[in-house]
Amino acid sequence: MDLKLDSVSHSYGKTEVLRDISLDIASGQIVCIVGPSGCGKSTLLRMLGGLEKPGAGRVLQVGAPPADCLNPLTFIFQDFALLPWRSVQGNVSLVLEDNNLSTAEKQDIIGDVLMRTKLSEFADALPKQLSGGMKQRVAIARALAVNPAVMLMDEPLSALDSQTRELLMDDLISLWTRQPFTAVYVTHNLAEAVRLGHKIVVLSRRPGQIREVVEIDTPLAERSYGDVALEQKQQHLWGLMRDEAAAADAELLHV
Amino acid sequence: MSDPVRNVPFRGGGFVATRKRGVGLLVFIVLLLFAEWGTRTGFISALTLPRPTDVLLTFQELYQSGLLFKHLVPSLSRLLIGATMGATLGITIGVLIGLFSLVRAGLVPLVAAIFPIPKIALLPLFVIWFGIDEMSKYALIAFGTFTPTVVATYAAVDNVDRTLIRMGQSFGLNWRSIVTKIVLPGAMPGILSGLRISLTIAIILLVAAEMLGAEYGIGAYILQAGSLYDLERLFAGVVILSVMGVVVSAGIAAIERRVLRWRV
Repeated sequence: MDLKLDSVSHSYGKTEVLRDISLDIASGQIVCIVGPSGCGKSTLLRMLGGLEKPGAGRVLQVGAPPADCLNPLTFIFQDFALLPWRSVQGNVSLVLEDNNLSTAEKQDIIGDVLMRTKLSEFADALPKQLSGGMKQRVAIARALAVNPAVMLMDEPLSALDSQTRELLMDDLISLWTRQPFTAVYVTHNLAEAVRLGHKIVVLSRRPGQIREVVEIDTPLAERSYGDVALEQKQQHLWGLMRDEAAAADAELLHV
Repeated sequence: MSDPVRNVPFRGGGFVATRKRGVGLLVFIVLLLFAEWGTRTGFISALTLPRPTDVLLTFQELYQSGLLFKHLVPSLSRLLIGATMGATLGITIGVLIGLFSLVRAGLVPLVAAIFPIPKIALLPLFVIWFGIDEMSKYALIAFGTFTPTVVATYAAVDNVDRTLIRMGQSFGLNWRSIVTKIVLPGAMPGILSGLRISLTIAIILLVAAEMLGAEYGIGAYILQAGSLYDLERLFAGVVILSVMGVVVSAGIAAIERRVLRWRV
């Protein structure tokens, strides 16, 4: 299943946040969206997931999601959004409970995703007992449980410290290498974008418009920390964003 | 000349509530001993304060004559039925206000209007509506518990983390699941702390209702003792009320410990 944005624009009151965005998200690819703060990246992601209606333009699903997919468009949030009163297992099971699955089927799925995210030992722990990195792995496990056609990640690593971020990035890459998934990954961190993105969309400052789409052909598994080619791509992206970011930073907020 | 070496003076600490065991009990005991000493030496006259040991004796008498339970059982059943009615209705309406903007727009002003009414003032009205016996007492207690519970409940529902609700929606959970699995557990801490207040109000109203027309009940017992200026019995009754308050509060604390184990 592919996703398509067809000249999407949006305003909050008088503030125009997005202007004429058209974009294709092909299946099996990770598309990163980068841009200065307040450029409407998260709004765009919420529109892709159906949590917000665009002011103008259309968000389209091309083709049907696979049959075994329980929730085609699945989010991973920056602040994890785990229910604090449910255990790791319970948080994953939450998203399966409305799907008419037998207890055995649910147990199978939960067991499988916890194993894939290396959380099997912590099935009964409460979120308050987990570190930030583990919490985000629970959220990833929860997202994998519904077998999404597209994962919508809203700065999933921003709330974590830089070491944990590296580890989780490796986890995401190995998850993708084993079984490629489609993802839209919003971030303000260019290093993350060049490590994970097949396609990097650079948005301008508000109102957000597409400035450039950068494609990176190096397979995910071969991209390593401190790769020269990636470094150059990152430099190029920073060149694009630098002035926008500075201007966005100096802007007064009229909210 | 060598530079002087000294410890950096400590200036942190404090401003944190730490748990001190037994201090509360100690304050009680000191006050009781003071009253006992005062009444024995004549420093406090018998008209000002009854002697604690006399109150204890009255209490013992009350227990042995079987009158204690004759007063306590109707009181407890009134409290239980009235408070349950009021709290159930309050939580239900509070959740509805929290969930539906239409209900909120319609009922919040009404709740604000009945909140400041001293519910005791309405007892005569309840007597006409529900009769002089039990039902009017239930209604008074229920009404008194209802308003604070409603306000606490809808505030608690408003305070549920919206990102969790968005998360539920983004995973395609149905409305019912979002309410029962996300909104209600999320509102539970606020609802329980609201109940703490409303159940205390229920005890106050219980006494008020019983003072205005009941043969048996703690309120009736206190009123009787008061009109005879029998301070020992009056205090025995008051102690029972205090104990009821402590038990209710301990009960809620126990529920909180069980239900809210997930809290940080």
